[in-house]
Amino acid sequence: MSTPPQARRNTRHGRNLVAGVLLGLGTVAFVDEVVFHQLLRWHHFYDLSTPDVALISDGLFHAFSWFATVASLLMVAALSRERAFWGAAFAAGWLTGAGFFQLYDGLIQHKVLGLHQIRYGVDLLSYDVTWNVIAAVLLLAGIVLWVTTARRARRLAKPART
Amino acid sequence: MDHHTHPGPEAALPVAGEWPAAALPAVLLVSYLAAVLVLRGRGIAWPAARTLAWAAGCLSVGAAVVGPLARPAHHDFTVHMAGHVLLGMLGPLLLVLAAPVTLLLRVLPVRAARPVARLLASRPAGVLAGPLVAGVLNVGGLWVLYRTGLYAAMHTDPLLHALVHVHVAAAGYLFAFAVLGGPDPAPHRSSPQWRAAVLVLAIAAHNILAKTLYAAPPEGVPAEQARAGAELMYYAGAPVEIALIFLVCRPWLLPRERGTVRAAA
Repeated sequence: MSTPPQARRNTRHGRNLVAGVLLGLGTVAFVDEVVFHQLLRWHHFYDLSTPDVALISDGLFHAFSWFATVASLLMVAALSRERAFWGAAFAAGWLTGAGFFQLYDGLIQHKVLGLHQIRYGVDLLSYDVTWNVIAAVLLLAGIVLWVTTARRARRLAKPART
Repeated sequence: MDHHTHPGPEAALPVAGEWPAAALPAVLLVSYLAAVLVLRGRGIAWPAARTLAWAAGCLSVGAAVVGPLARPAHHDFTVHMAGHVLLGMLGPLLLVLAAPVTLLLRVLPVRAARPVARLLASRPAGVLAGPLVAGVLNVGGLWVLYRTGLYAAMHTDPLLHALVHVHVAAAGYLFAFAVLGGPDPAPHRSSPQWRAAVLVLAIAAHNILAKTLYAAPPEGVPAEQARAGAELMYYAGAPVEIALIFLVCRPWLLPRERGTVRAAA
């Protein structure tokens, strides 16, 4: 469903967003693990030059991403049960979460903290640019959709209050 | 003068420690089954899923301390790590899900059950079953084990070896119970947000430890074994971690609908 349940005063905009953001984080972490670590083997399990702070950051993010995935799916189940799942708000959250995490991974973890690189033995520039541009596009699309759905949620909530 | 370079006490160690190690999970299994039978004799049903979880948990713990997996664990770090996942993660989770304390309280006469319930409600029990304390005992214990000389020492001292194994299993149980806050009675249960946060931190600490073991093997472990062991710790631990996350989040984020009957508590 891409339209909010009109009959309800509460569109559950916030909860749909949070569920989306969590799944966005989880999806990016999952793609990172499955595609880049396991299938392509571009990323290393542990790059021996990784500094401690990058290791801690990565460890926390990976642990949180599992939690985020599971929590999001349960929230979606709860929202659908009360017929309050709103696809557009969920997508806004998903895009924002995925874009944010990919940008964090690409800029902070890979570049600033010096965690493993995207690929080894190649010119990194094109990889880094592609990675981060995709991330920025996702994030931007997410924010636009976020603002649009928030406005819509407010409009729907208004007549109910008077 | 004789130089006993080969068998020595180290080779004899697993055999010496094998029977007591096998006895404990066996006794736990038999006691649980006996209690279920006593309840049935009184006409009280006990969920088969719990009995199954207990049996699987005892099997998991038993497989880690005795038999074909336990023996090579003494000299092969990769196998040791497989044992760690069974003894400290999967086994304890299954045992917690079997709700042994609930079973105990039901099977004991009221007069004997009361002190048990009082003990559970006591302040020390509450501190010990706090997620943060349990998490530090659990994952912190692993950091101590692999990051000090303890790992090397436990392979020459049978008593130390047994103590480390008991600690890993007990701390694993305590942590799973503290984080799930059930199914056994948990008078000191903290909020699901806090339990989930501590769980995420503990998973992170476990994963970070695995990565540092990959880079810097514990004392006396060859680099190749350390790498394989570290990856096993990281990836084989994940399903158990995901199961824990699911079990913490489900009652919190997807509570049963009002009006539906709760499954036998």
